[in-house]
Amino acid sequence: MSVLVFMVPLAIALGLIGLAGFLWALHNGQFDDPDGSASRILLDDDGPLP
Amino acid sequence: MTDAAVPGGLLDRDFAPFVHDDQSGQSHSLTLLVEGVHCANCIGRIERTLTAEPGVTEARVNLTTGRLNLTWQGNRDRINQLAAMVEGLGYPVAPFDQADPLEHDQAHEKSLLRALAVAGFGAANIMLMSVAMWSGAADKDATRLLFNLLSAVIAVPVTAYAGMPFFKSAWGVLKNRGTNMDVPISLAVILAVGLSLVQITQGEAHVWFESATMLLFFLLIGRLLDTRARGKARSTVSRLLALRHESAHVIGDDGTINIAPADQVEPGMRLMVPAGAKIPVDGTIDTGTTELDCSLITGERTPRMVEQGDKIHAGTINLGSPVTMTATLVKDDTLLAEITRLMELAEQKRGRIVVLADKIARAYVPVVHALALLSLTFWLTLGNASLTQALEITIAVLVITCPCALALAVPVVQVLSSTQLMKAGLFIKSPTALERLAEVDMIAFDKTGTLTEPMPVPDTSGLNDRAKSVAAGLAANSMHPLARSLAAALSAVSPATTPPKDVMEVPGAGMSAMLPDGEAKLGRWDWVGGTSPGDDPRPRLWLKLPDEAPQLIPFEDMLRPDAGRTIKTLKQSGYELALLSGDHMQAVRRIADEIEIDDWHAAIRPKDKLSWLEDAQASGYRVMMVGDGLNDGPALAGAHVSLSPSTATDLAQNAADVVFQGKSLLAITRLLTVAKKSAALARQNITFAICYNVVAVPLAMAGEVTPMIAALAMSASSIIVTLNSFRIAREVK
Repeated sequence: MSVLVFMVPLAIALGLIGLAGFLWALHNGQFDDPDGSASRILLDDDGPLP
Repeated sequence: MTDAAVPGGLLDRDFAPFVHDDQSGQSHSLTLLVEGVHCANCIGRIERTLTAEPGVTEARVNLTTGRLNLTWQGNRDRINQLAAMVEGLGYPVAPFDQADPLEHDQAHEKSLLRALAVAGFGAANIMLMSVAMWSGAADKDATRLLFNLLSAVIAVPVTAYAGMPFFKSAWGVLKNRGTNMDVPISLAVILAVGLSLVQITQGEAHVWFESATMLLFFLLIGRLLDTRARGKARSTVSRLLALRHESAHVIGDDGTINIAPADQVEPGMRLMVPAGAKIPVDGTIDTGTTELDCSLITGERTPRMVEQGDKIHAGTINLGSPVTMTATLVKDDTLLAEITRLMELAEQKRGRIVVLADKIARAYVPVVHALALLSLTFWLTLGNASLTQALEITIAVLVITCPCALALAVPVVQVLSSTQLMKAGLFIKSPTALERLAEVDMIAFDKTGTLTEPMPVPDTSGLNDRAKSVAAGLAANSMHPLARSLAAALSAVSPATTPPKDVMEVPGAGMSAMLPDGEAKLGRWDWVGGTSPGDDPRPRLWLKLPDEAPQLIPFEDMLRPDAGRTIKTLKQSGYELALLSGDHMQAVRRIADEIEIDDWHAAIRPKDKLSWLEDAQASGYRVMMVGDGLNDGPALAGAHVSLSPSTATDLAQNAADVVFQGKSLLAITRLLTVAKKSAALARQNITFAICYNVVAVPLAMAGEVTPMIAALAMSASSIIVTLNSFRIAREVK
């Protein structure tokens, strides 16, 4: 069972990475406009990215 | 109100005072509220049009909030041109104020989302280890200690962070010697974590970390949904209102005209009021003669003639020619502000409404805490338990009664109902509105704009095709409310002849145009040549075609399409109905007879509406007021609960608990049905939560509850309550 000493912290570390990712995305405004993001995919602009 | 309230639109407004500059002063930015954006196409049109402009560095539409972020280089004043382009595409805009309370709402929502993410992380990881321990996989002491320590390391910071919204709220009410649901929640979380830490140091097996984090996770979901639903309703209403903000044209000493926000006008300043604009402050007319739409103040829609020396009030609309005025009363001294104060007073009288959940909390908290204390003393004295054992049982009582199901019972139902209602165009602004709606047994209606269409409708049956076409052509050129209503009514008629060109408007009189065979006129009887209406107060216009006798176009209030059906349904459901109108006797009687309301009152003033309501409420009725005018404002604020159509005046919408969109009055019956169903479901949920406690608490007091049972029971009760709440969705469809 000593493998748990590595596995459990590893699992928690992975969870932390996920949490950090979510908080980063939230801070970065990824969730500011969920309706807009859903609609924007329908816009087919072939121009250069802004 | 009709959309006549925003005539002329952008050309009168100056957005430059709202613009933010960056440090270099080269780049400027402004956030605009944009109305009517609802699909990818709208986003595309606005963004493509703006980014094609030279100097525009960013144009991004936020569909969720209905805002447009604009950044551009160069001249600050270009914002007016850019905003005009967006309006030209068909989307009305208004500057967005960063100090808006809605901005604060959004920050709050974001912080709840962060807390939810943290609680979710904590609950998932701690559960991972707890399940392992419950299943017996971690039966060695060392493994269990490792799991417990790791759980503690996660749980302490997670509960400290994610529990903050509850701790803050609980501390707030405790300081004021009150209590709410957040008090037992906070206590349960703090005690569960605290005692678990004590247990670890003593090498005991019972820890409650997963209960504490799961509790926070569930509760944060409920709270986030609640905030989001209410914030969205409020922002929709306030966005509709923001689009009506007005500015003033101030005449400087040298005769130049500067545009300033209306709240910067000082008494004594001279102002110019263009045709179609709102009067920004109270004052007197210096030069010019015009007609005013005073419906905001009086509820009366027939325009009033004013000339030099006449007093005019903020909020009325100049329908005729431009006039100049001197400001006398500004900001909080205007008649508009006075009526607002009357409304605030009425609202205070209504008294504080206690939310159902808090009512329960008040009864529930002392009972739970007394029970916990009872078990502690019992086990210490008669039970012969050690202090640790006794404390453990006490915690078990507090955790198992953890008010999760109770705390979710009401909000989840309300969130789901308001979300469903919002999709149907009904915006619940007040958190307690649904509960109050369920108690209503009497409904008082305003007439004009509520039971009837906002504008009187012309009877054009007497006109031939040519007359209709000429009348439509003339009416289309005026901002006058009667002319607009006529133009709207005739717009469906295909023009039989070419419409008149070069229409002239004579302020206070009417419109005229030259046709090939002579002059055509549309307007007041004395100008066109019709007969005097005598003392018949109903609005009317006269039409004169070349070589024909003047023809009368009478106007009547028109009931909303399903007013009759709505009234009938409401009567059948057992509601007492009343009609309170400031309009004259004849008009009110006609409407009351048509829809069969027996209890009607005509020609009553705003104050009388309020005192009528207060009398009704004093005799035991719970009255819902439905109204749209400023004259309904005090009554809306004083009623048990109030409803406004979205065509209502700003103040009425601010005072109302619920705002509904669309023409149909059936929204009222739907609203009441959903409110009743939602109250019933909330009661079921509460009953269930109490039953759960009745079963669980004795078990916990007897010392029979392990952490696993506690966690399972708690989650199961929350899930059952939530699932039961979802039944509201079927009701709204």
